[in-house]
Amino acid sequence: MIYFDQVSKVYPGEMVGLADVTFAVEPGEFVSVVGHSGAGKTTLLRMILGEDRPTSGNVFFESADIHKLGKRELPLLRRRIGSVFQDVRLLPNKTAFENIAFTMEAAGRTDEEIASDVPYVLELVGLGDKLWHFPHELSGGERQRVAIGRAIVNQPDLLIADEPTGNLDPLNTYEIIQIFKKINDIGTTIILTTHNKGVIDDLGKRVLTMEAGQVVRDDKRGRYVL
Amino acid sequence: MASVLTLTVTLFVLGSLLLGSAFLDSTLNNIQDKVDISVTFLPDASEEAVLSLKESVALLPEVSAVEYVSKEEELALFRERHQDNSLIIQSLEEVGNPFGARLNIKAANPSHYETIANFLGNRAGEGAASTDRIIDNLSFKKDIVDKLLKVIASSRKVSVAISIVLVVTSIMVTVNTISLAIYISRDEISVMRLVGAGDMYVRGPFMVEGVIAGVIAAIFSLVLLYPATVWVRNATTNVYGGVNLVSYYTEHFGQVFLTLLFSGILLGVIASWLAIRKYAKV
Repeated sequence: MIYFDQVSKVYPGEMVGLADVTFAVEPGEFVSVVGHSGAGKTTLLRMILGEDRPTSGNVFFESADIHKLGKRELPLLRRRIGSVFQDVRLLPNKTAFENIAFTMEAAGRTDEEIASDVPYVLELVGLGDKLWHFPHELSGGERQRVAIGRAIVNQPDLLIADEPTGNLDPLNTYEIIQIFKKINDIGTTIILTTHNKGVIDDLGKRVLTMEAGQVVRDDKRGRYVL
Repeated sequence: MASVLTLTVTLFVLGSLLLGSAFLDSTLNNIQDKVDISVTFLPDASEEAVLSLKESVALLPEVSAVEYVSKEEELALFRERHQDNSLIIQSLEEVGNPFGARLNIKAANPSHYETIANFLGNRAGEGAASTDRIIDNLSFKKDIVDKLLKVIASSRKVSVAISIVLVVTSIMVTVNTISLAIYISRDEISVMRLVGAGDMYVRGPFMVEGVIAGVIAAIFSLVLLYPATVWVRNATTNVYGGVNLVSYYTEHFGQVFLTLLFSGILLGVIASWLAIRKYAKV
């Protein structure tokens, strides 16, 4: 589904983001990417979203080269990818419901779909009773769940999560990971970056380990080794 | 709001320049039409002498029309023009009729002015030597028209320069306003991009904002132009029978409206496009 072919990224000032990275992700896989800060995890995810261009090499989503897509095709690709971030990125002046409805609107969904899907998704992430709360009225874990709801509401084929549990306590972390597992069980491919050893050990799924922009380990049933 | 104001000022000035130059043009045509050469006679010139000159001028092939204004008519015209000024009317009573008759001569073709003027000049010259001098003054409107043309040409250059400066300023201010709006909603924009919102979905609202600013500014400036034209009329009633921009404005309202509306929308679109290109990348 995702294929990195000898991808390198050098930022201005000789800063290496990625160095000759090659790997593939199969549909339905749950891949965790681990590594120190600055190892290139976030750059990797930004490449998949088409937010960053590789200095050399190609990134494919199915058969499409992400960085050769036109201005009209890139938004269509992004609609097939849901994304979750450590800093959540909810709009503070919108309620949980509106935050999710907003992304459906932007993706061109109808009002009927919005009215039926948003409560369903919030129910799925365990916030069925907090539709009309604003982000500042929710706890960190709840905010992250709204963000996950937002990422999956358009039924993406791929979910990418950049350290989604970075700011959460162990209990919330556990619950968020349970939600990811559930999403993966219904067939969504997930790429997750994390620092959390417990998360990796609990998942028992494929792990890519990055160091200085390179993938140094690729374990089928990975453990957190650094 | 600042962008609406600067756009309004720009459109207002554009509108006034437009009206002004159109009005100058029509005035010029009027003058060109009215009289080409006017011959004023001495007050004591006899009517027969004037009429016989009129006959001989009318016979010239270059002349298309000759109009005779008698000294009595001239006096009546003068009284009418100065009916509010009792001092002038009073002194007029004492002096009697100080005016001479007048001939307004219209040439068939502008290039014939010289010939006619020469003909009349010869006659005036003859008269000056003899005792039956009747021509007092020969005024040749071509000079005035030429001067007016020069004034119009240079005022047009000035107004083009002013317009360019204003257009650039208003675009810059509007770009700033819309950039600010884009900056305020940068979070929305980044989320929109992440979920794959289309180009138009992200940029559309800012385009619309620019267009709305342009439309509002066009309406404001149209409203402002009316009192301005009234003011110009009132301020100039003593000059050349008053510059009646009001009637010109109301007669050409449709044209002015469309021009200003179109320019407003164009300015708004250019400004938002520039702002979007710079700040709302997709």
